[in-house]
Amino acid sequence: MTAQMNEALLRSLAPSVLGILVRRGADFAAAEDAVQDALVDAVRVWPADPPRDPKGWLVTAAWRRFLDATRADDARRRREDLVDNEPAPGPAPAPAVDDTLQLYFLCAHPSLTPTSAVALTLRAVGGLTTRQIAEAYLVPEATMAQRISRAKRTVSGVRFDQPGDVATVLRVLYLVFNEGYSGDVDLAAEAIRLTRQLAAAIDHPEVAGLLALMLLHHARRAARTAPDGSLVPLAEQDRGRWDTESIAEGVEILQAALARDRLGEFQAQAAIAALHADAPTAEQTDWVQIVEWYDELARLTDSPVVRLNRAVAVGEADGPRAGLAALAALDASLPRYAAVAAYFHERDGDLVTAARLYAEAARKASNLAERDHLTRQAARLNSRRCR
Amino acid sequence: MAKYLLLKHYRGAPASVNDVPMDQWTPEEISAHVQYMRDFAVRLEGTGEFVDSQALAPEGTFVQYGGEGRPPVTDGPFAETKDLIAGWMVIDVDSYERAIELAGELSAAPGAGGEPIHEWLEVRPFLTSPPTITR
Repeated sequence: MTAQMNEALLRSLAPSVLGILVRRGADFAAAEDAVQDALVDAVRVWPADPPRDPKGWLVTAAWRRFLDATRADDARRRREDLVDNEPAPGPAPAPAVDDTLQLYFLCAHPSLTPTSAVALTLRAVGGLTTRQIAEAYLVPEATMAQRISRAKRTVSGVRFDQPGDVATVLRVLYLVFNEGYSGDVDLAAEAIRLTRQLAAAIDHPEVAGLLALMLLHHARRAARTAPDGSLVPLAEQDRGRWDTESIAEGVEILQAALARDRLGEFQAQAAIAALHADAPTAEQTDWVQIVEWYDELARLTDSPVVRLNRAVAVGEADGPRAGLAALAALDASLPRYAAVAAYFHERDGDLVTAARLYAEAARKASNLAERDHLTRQAARLNSRRCR
Repeated sequence: MAKYLLLKHYRGAPASVNDVPMDQWTPEEISAHVQYMRDFAVRLEGTGEFVDSQALAPEGTFVQYGGEGRPPVTDGPFAETKDLIAGWMVIDVDSYERAIELAGELSAAPGAGGEPIHEWLEVRPFLTSPPTITR
């Protein structure tokens, strides 16, 4: 086995190994530490001595690590060895609910802040090391270690055998996908892996909807940035560089979910992404249908961001004046409001207003790539007018 | 998750309430202040919100490209510069409200007479990476 295969296998086994330890009576925090230690052992031992039963090997190694840690704790606390009283390792009782699924619920528990839930999910479900997670989110390893151990303490009293709310899990996975920085760990790919694994553990149309949404957006990744790192807007992307395999899979998953007639916000968002994916050129985009999906989405979420995106779609479907009219009904302090207004004023031929609004939007942008993009738009219009 | 810079000014911010220059505090008051800052950072590491903290010397030199084949041009320090940065702390928190809350606590660091300085700290959000899902 290669190192990459080992790591992929190990990380896919981590959640079920952790579930087994917890069902054998280990408390969640100690079990999670033990599984991490066992993963490190496996990385060291497996290349020279590959196990016949990788999962069995990990369970044994993790349980041994758990006992060692318990012994050390007990020795420290009471100066005597009580480990003889520990339950003997043996076949674990059969799970009532899928272990992996239970872990997702636990790591996204409503008592956790979004930041803590993300960190705990990546470690306990994803099997990433604290260092990898710290690097991915650009914080010191010590800070991430504390964030994770606090999160573990927060959920330490939560029972492991009761189903949680799928919606909270989906929000955490969405955050991992959408707000990932680019580091050593590919968080978008990791979010897709975790969502795929969740979809295998639970039959739920919104889980499928989120997976489809991720696949459809991930498909555009290579086309989203220019070689110099600048953003390429959807309309200007080289669609030949979109990943057709990822699109086909996303569309297939989405269609199966929609057929079940239990619409939710992730399915609606995925449907919009699928309509973009379906257009051979930007001009051939079916904006009328996209507006209809935004209407559905607005009904499901009532989010101001959705209404702003709907205004964009209206402008594309019915012309810039219609877009500006739709925009006029919204709160001008919304993020990206000025950018959208600038775009429609330019399409409407009012370059002076457009340039001013692009510059204003650039000042308000919350990320560097968007700010640079908007500044360039303002500069493009200003230099055209000067000539 | 968002990162914020808590910026501490030597000069340039509005005057603080307990506005006594540090060299006129007692040594114990200085120690208490330093300890407060240290404890604050340790506490934030414990909550998983600490990223970085640095202090800067007040002397700064302005540097400018001197032209092809020439050494850089330097100027300053300018005693009259209006704004002077003393140092910063970088935090990684769940919300803007949390950043404001923490800046408020940091501003309560004790100064002369052991009373909170109430100094004005500037809170600035970091520009982030663009989100993956744009529309």
